[in-house]
Amino acid sequence: MRYARAAVVPILLLVAAEIAARAGGPSDSVAPPSAVALAFIEALRDGSLLTATRDTLIGAFAGLAIGAAIGLALGIAFGGVRTLDRLMEVAVELLRPIPSVAVLPIALVALGFGYRLEIVIVAYSCIWPLLIFTRAAVGGVEPGLIDVARALQLTPLARVFKIIVPAALPRIFVAFRLAAGVALIVAVTVEIVVNPQGLGAGIMTAGQALRPDLMLAYLVWIGIVGFTLNAALIAAQRRLFGRAAQIEAAP
Amino acid sequence: MTAAPAALIEFRRVDVAFGGRTVLQAIDLEVERGEIVCVVGPSGCGKTTALRVAAGLLPPTAGDVVFAGRALKGPSRDVAIVFQDYGKALLPWRTAAGNVSLALEAAGVPASKRAPRIAALLDKVGLPHHADKYPAQMSGGMQQRLQIARCLAQEPVALMMDEPFGALDAMTRQDLQDELLNLADVTRATIFFVTHDLEEAIYLGDRVIGLLPHPGRVGIELPIALPRPREQVVTREDPEFLRLRRELYEFIKSTER
Repeated sequence: MRYARAAVVPILLLVAAEIAARAGGPSDSVAPPSAVALAFIEALRDGSLLTATRDTLIGAFAGLAIGAAIGLALGIAFGGVRTLDRLMEVAVELLRPIPSVAVLPIALVALGFGYRLEIVIVAYSCIWPLLIFTRAAVGGVEPGLIDVARALQLTPLARVFKIIVPAALPRIFVAFRLAAGVALIVAVTVEIVVNPQGLGAGIMTAGQALRPDLMLAYLVWIGIVGFTLNAALIAAQRRLFGRAAQIEAAP
Repeated sequence: MTAAPAALIEFRRVDVAFGGRTVLQAIDLEVERGEIVCVVGPSGCGKTTALRVAAGLLPPTAGDVVFAGRALKGPSRDVAIVFQDYGKALLPWRTAAGNVSLALEAAGVPASKRAPRIAALLDKVGLPHHADKYPAQMSGGMQQRLQIARCLAQEPVALMMDEPFGALDAMTRQDLQDELLNLADVTRATIFFVTHDLEEAIYLGDRVIGLLPHPGRVGIELPIALPRPREQVVTREDPEFLRLRRELYEFIKSTER
C-alpha cells in the first residue's frame, strides 16, 4: 500500500513525459519514456550496455581502491604524527582544491587513453575524502583508549591496528562511502570528456548519433548503478558498524 | 632518616606544571610493597595527576619518581591502571573476553594460551557468564570489573586506581571495595588508590594521604590501623574509623578556606 502510493507521482510524471514528447514530434534531445525503455532493452541485449558498465566499474573500483588505500595510509600517518601533519598541511591544502578534471590534460599526455588514465584520475579524487576524514578520526580517537595503549605498552603497529583503526573505522567507512560516490562520478566524467570507453563514452556516442532515446537510457542506467552502489554500502555499514553506531548514540 | 624497607614507588620532590601553572609541588611520598595507599583531596588538588605520574603516563616537570629501585621512564607492564571512566577505557568493539585478551596480546601471550587465562580472570572478577558481551551491554559495575580483570591479566606488581568506583551506585561500590580488598589479599599487589570519598579511602587504605590544592601538596598523612579483614558494617562503626573520618573531614574542610 505504501509503495503503491509512493509510485503514483513517478507514474504520472512518466505518462506526462510520454504525452509531451509525442506531442512535440521527433526530437534530437528528448525521447518518450517508451522509446527510452526500448533503447535500454536493445542496449542490454546486444551487450553494449553491460560492456560499458564493466569498463566504468573497473575504472571506478580500481581507482577507488588505490585512492582509498593511499588516503587511508596518509590519514593515519598525519592523524597520528602531528609534526608530519604540520609539515604536509600546505602541500595538502594546495593540491586538494585542484578539480580532478583539471588534471585530465596532463594525465592524458602522460598516460594516453584507457583504463590507466581513468584509474589514476579516480584515485586522485578518492584520496582526499579518505585523507581528510581519517586524519580527523585518528586525531579524535578517545584519549582514554590511547592511555590504555600506553599503559599496556602496545607496539606502535599494535596500537594502530588494535586501537586506532578500529576506533576510527566507523568514520573512515563514511569517508569510503563518499569516495565511492565520487569514484563513479569521476569515472563517468573522464569517459565523457576524453576516454573512449564505459558509460560516459556510451552517452556521448549516442548523443552524436542523434539517439536521444539511447542517451536517456544510459543516463537512467547510470542513476541505477549509483543508487545500487550506495545502497550496498549503506547496508554494509549497518551490518559492520550497527553496534558501534549504537554505542556512539548512547549517552 | 630511619632505615625503612625499600619502597616500591617513591616520589622525590616531584613538581608538575602545565604551561606555567603548578599542579603538584614538591611531592614526597613512598608506597611500600603490598601497601594500599589512598589519596584524597578537594577537586583540583592534582590527585589524578599524581596517579598519572606514578603510573609513568606523565613525566614530572622536576624531581624523580622511583619504581622498584629504578628511575621511572614511562609506563610499565608491571603497573596496571584502572581508569576512572570505564566507558572510555574499554574497547567497545571487543567483547569482555576480547578486552581482557588485549592485555595478554600486549604481553605476547600466545593465542592458544589466552582462552583459559581469560576465563580464569573473568571468573576472578565475578563475570564468568559475560565473556561474549560487549561493554555497552554491561552495567557500570560490570564494566569496571572487566577493566580490573584486564589489569589483573598484566599480573601487575602495582595497581593504580583513579576513582574507579566514583560513578557507581552505593551498593555496587561497596561490593567492589570488598572484592578489591580480597584481590589485594590474594595477589599481594601494591595499590595506589585515588578517590574523593573519604570513607572509601579509610576503609580500603593502610595509609591515607590528603593533598592540599593550588598547588597540590601533601597536607596530611594518616596511618590506618584498623584491623583486617575489614567489613562494611563493623569496620565503619569502629570508633577508630569514626575518629579518622573526623580528622580527614576536618582536613578537607580546612583546605576550603
